[in-house]
Amino acid sequence: MPDTAVAALAPDIAASNTSLRAYLHGLPGVDEVGARARAADLATRSIKTTAKRAAIDLAIRMVDLTTLEGADTPGKVRALCAKAALPDPQDRSVPRVAAVCVYPDLVATAVSALAGTGVGVASVATAFPSGRAPLDAKLSDTRRAVVDGATEIDMVIDRGAFLSGDYRKVYEEIIAVKDACGAAHLKVILETGELVTYDNVRRASWLAMHAGADFIKTSTGKVSPAATLPVTLVMLEAVRDFRAATGRQVGVKPAGGIRATKDAVRYLVLVNETAGPDWLDPVWFRLGASSLLNDLLMQRTKLTTGAYQGPDYYTLD
Amino acid sequence: MPRLRKTTERAPAAPGRLAVRKTYKLYVNGAFPRSESGRSYPVTSADGRHLANAALASRKDARDAVVAARKAFGGWSGRTAYNRGQILYRVAEMLEGRAAQFADELLAAEGGTRAKAEELVAAAIDRWVYYAGWTDKIVQVVGNANPVSGPYFNQSTPEPTGVVAVFAPQDAPLLGLVSVIAPVIAAGSTAVVVTSERAPLPAVTLAEVLATSDLPGGVVNILTGRVPELAPHLAAHADVNALDLTGTGDLARELEETAAATLKRVLRPREDEDWTADPGLSRITPFLETKTVWHPVGV
Repeated sequence: MPDTAVAALAPDIAASNTSLRAYLHGLPGVDEVGARARAADLATRSIKTTAKRAAIDLAIRMVDLTTLEGADTPGKVRALCAKAALPDPQDRSVPRVAAVCVYPDLVATAVSALAGTGVGVASVATAFPSGRAPLDAKLSDTRRAVVDGATEIDMVIDRGAFLSGDYRKVYEEIIAVKDACGAAHLKVILETGELVTYDNVRRASWLAMHAGADFIKTSTGKVSPAATLPVTLVMLEAVRDFRAATGRQVGVKPAGGIRATKDAVRYLVLVNETAGPDWLDPVWFRLGASSLLNDLLMQRTKLTTGAYQGPDYYTLD
Repeated sequence: MPRLRKTTERAPAAPGRLAVRKTYKLYVNGAFPRSESGRSYPVTSADGRHLANAALASRKDARDAVVAARKAFGGWSGRTAYNRGQILYRVAEMLEGRAAQFADELLAAEGGTRAKAEELVAAAIDRWVYYAGWTDKIVQVVGNANPVSGPYFNQSTPEPTGVVAVFAPQDAPLLGLVSVIAPVIAAGSTAVVVTSERAPLPAVTLAEVLATSDLPGGVVNILTGRVPELAPHLAAHADVNALDLTGTGDLARELEETAAATLKRVLRPREDEDWTADPGLSRITPFLETKTVWHPVGV
């Protein structure tokens, strides 16, 4: 694998768009065929019995249970929060999920529904999913979510600026949003489906990490393709090399299109083999998903009872 | 159709020509996969000759088949009964075109005379047509407008139960098979069928008929293999709504107990069932649910 470790970004490199551009384009290119082959190869690992059970429990703890629909209601968010706190009412040994992810106006509802459970509340902000809004609107969007009690903010980068080469604008926007977040964790959504190339994914990852992201996240889930294994591989390499270069650890969150337990376990294998076991923790790796949780619960019950489960026995959400 | 029907190993290659032998595979979700396990088992004729190797389905094949059947259920049950009837009749048309092939396979599997085999094939096709006719009549016969004391119009209608795991009879590889599959899909349910273990080849040929008859993929899924291996998993599967235990023999009681955990509908095997007899509605109604609607009148 190409080693993307580079020295920490000196302050003057971000001083102008030219220097930032020179830095990002100086990152080694991604071997696209190699990344695909590596991800496909790791996806063939067979995880069974006790290892599978451990993987399922870890995956449940990593889930950011998400509802990001125009039709979301406070009632739906409360139902989702109940599920996050107690995923399977028939089996109390099932761990809680990491967080619930909602739109900013529903943060207060989620916070009150999750009080005392230890489940985090993540809010998308900055004119999710397009990111097409003035900066002050994005910042007030963020501040409002934080004031309402969001512990994590999922922001989208300005893909238009990024693709037209205005890296400094993207960089400064992330810094401004990070500042508005205060104590809340900042996840930066790269929307890899719109970045076109893996080289761009690598550049955006490094840009976001230098700007202060606590997490880099693949997608909004509104654009196809959403999270894929090769894209996540590239991002995991970036966080690994960033820690080697700067000493700061950044998390990764693939989101969108992860529906089956098999997919989730493949991501865990990818994390272990790429970034290393340090990232195999809900603090450093999350899965943005909604229907995935039911499949994890069904597979878990299958391991416990030996009988294949059906969706009739699990909540619709 | 050219006379190149090399369905079994007994068909000799013409001099100077390689034999083109058929690979007997499973039928799941409208496709013909091999078993996920990679296994197969030898199938022999009534007098012990090797006929072919059939895929030996595993519990994961059964699981995949249930997923396919569940996916197909919404579309199939949502079709008009008339349309289902047309498609079933189309299946009968395709069966008719393959009658000679089925007769060959029955003769090899069962022995006996050619005339007897042809008679069984004709009976199987007639049985299919019989059920094709029932699709748009079952509601009128089984449904009802109920007299109730109140200003309500009260109506009960039958609806398909969902995914049915069908264990085909061991001793009637075509007529028995058709007699258990057709009633399930005629009423709008979808089926996961485990064939006769000893004589699975006509079932695979039936799958080829179904695949070319406008029947949506996944409505019928056909697994060849061992009942004791597959049946417990299907009986316990929470996404299976009903069981037809016809071909399970001594296992039936145990399977029915397993099925009780998920409240499945169960059709028990019958002693010495005569497959040539008129089945009436006895195989359709066990896989129906009754929906009753109260509607105010006189308002």
